[in-house]
Amino acid sequence: MKALVWHGKEDIRCDTVTDPEIQDPRDAIIKVTSCAICGSDLHLFHNFIPGMLPGDIMGHETMGEVVEVGSGVDGKLKKGDRIVVPFTIICGECDQCKRGNFSVCETTNRKRHLADKVFGHTTAGLFGYTHLTGGYPGGQAEYLRVPYADATHIKVPPGIPDEQLLFLSDIFPTGWQAAVQCDIEPTDTVAIWGCGPVGQMAIRSAILLGANQVIAIDCLPERLSMAEAGGATTINFETESVVERLNDLTDGRGPEKCIDCVGMESHVMASLPDTLLDRAKQMVMAESDRPHVLREMIYVCRPGGIISVPGVYSGLSDMLPMGAFMNKGLTMRTGQTHVNRWTDDLLRRIEEGEIDPSFVITHTVPLEQGPEMYQVFRDKRDSCVKVVLRP
Amino acid sequence: MFHFSNIVRTKGDPKIVEGGPSLKRPEDQLARALGWFSIGLGVVEFFAPRRVTETLGMEGHETMVRAFGVREILAGIMSLSVDKNAGLWARVGGDGLDAAALLSGLTADNPKKGNIALALLMVGGIAMLDYRAAQDTKPRRPPREARRKLYPNRSGFPKGIESVRTAARQIAAPAGNEVKQGDERRVP
Repeated sequence: MKALVWHGKEDIRCDTVTDPEIQDPRDAIIKVTSCAICGSDLHLFHNFIPGMLPGDIMGHETMGEVVEVGSGVDGKLKKGDRIVVPFTIICGECDQCKRGNFSVCETTNRKRHLADKVFGHTTAGLFGYTHLTGGYPGGQAEYLRVPYADATHIKVPPGIPDEQLLFLSDIFPTGWQAAVQCDIEPTDTVAIWGCGPVGQMAIRSAILLGANQVIAIDCLPERLSMAEAGGATTINFETESVVERLNDLTDGRGPEKCIDCVGMESHVMASLPDTLLDRAKQMVMAESDRPHVLREMIYVCRPGGIISVPGVYSGLSDMLPMGAFMNKGLTMRTGQTHVNRWTDDLLRRIEEGEIDPSFVITHTVPLEQGPEMYQVFRDKRDSCVKVVLRP
Repeated sequence: MFHFSNIVRTKGDPKIVEGGPSLKRPEDQLARALGWFSIGLGVVEFFAPRRVTETLGMEGHETMVRAFGVREILAGIMSLSVDKNAGLWARVGGDGLDAAALLSGLTADNPKKGNIALALLMVGGIAMLDYRAAQDTKPRRPPREARRKLYPNRSGFPKGIESVRTAARQIAAPAGNEVKQGDERRVP
């Protein structure tokens, strides 16, 4: 089959690979009908996340049709079922899964000895990601083996196009969880840094959850226009001071809730010296993350507020203003997404026409064009916001 | 490389049968080669500065050579990173410093001035490669003034934003206080 394969920094190729096989009774194989490139795939593209090996198949936003099931799937899936595959692999049986903390499932990381060493304790296995999270082959391919398939799936009905459902795999529940973690109240201003795909979903989620005001921060006109279309007031950080505008828009109090949809590769600007220093340190491997957004959020957030971090961080961040964080009594909530905790509700909202996540798609191309689209997405060429691949 | 990593791959996981084309361009390969060259040269300068100064007849300048070694290593790491363009321009600047330092040693009483002339030639050649690679690996992001598509109609709410806001307020409102579409958006 064809698959997008990681060969090294900035080197993803469309290779021919062997077809996946059932390895465990709880496995299923799906024929992928749609998959997407995620912003966090770019961290892997740049080799900023440790634990990738040449030959790893990329992709963790995938849906398709079940073509084979293992004997232990227990009738929960059958051939022909249409499923979206959550990017977090879950067993559904461990203590964390029972609590709904699916992204920290204690069972599914098959290389947990690595995660135990690096993170202290293991987290869930993830598709198409680093070997720290199991090194499972990803879904930017024609076929995908779904481990623990009896639990790791979202069954979706026929009649709704792939484009509306695909993002249940990651970015829609990720944006949703980011907003839910904020405990949004009707008087709240929610400020969202980064108007990429997760940021766009977080904006819509904050609106759906009844925020009084949503403010979106980015520098790309196409992303700001999409954020505005979704109901946000926008700030272009290249032309305005984020802190001043946020204070202006909140009568000097600062936003009660702040969401970081940027993560470890924040924008670098000469007018923001900390970003230059981070970039230099990241280049010489003296720091793994560029946490400018975290610093800015801690500084501008209203005392007693909540900071929600769906953006991906990989390792060590320097110069976080812990004094401000502590004295302002802020709360930080973060984590990979507990996808299955949210998807019943989100699927219902899609079915009822409350939201249509396909608004974010700007490019749809065959799988073979995937490597090129990684570059287009990374370079923000052609006003690219979200790429869907068709195997 | 994937042949080696296949060894640790879990049995049953897909393995590469036939590799597809790489998007790496020749200038990317050149940047990579220059990055490794820079690190190699830097290591020699840092750990064996006396050998370098003796070859050039510039004894007494070991500290400078060692500092140049650190510079070479940092520029090399940068050239191998995602920000290779910055690393390559750093190398171009470094080539200028190298040339200036070598010229300062090109005096009539230096018995090794032939070696210095040879080193200057090499620095010139490498500088040309550095400059070319730096030019060819400029980031391909569109310029800020480039025309962009805008997406003002992509709300994602098929029933409209106001409908969503009203529904959200309805959920938040105390029982009996029904909220209608179009009510004042800001809650005091």
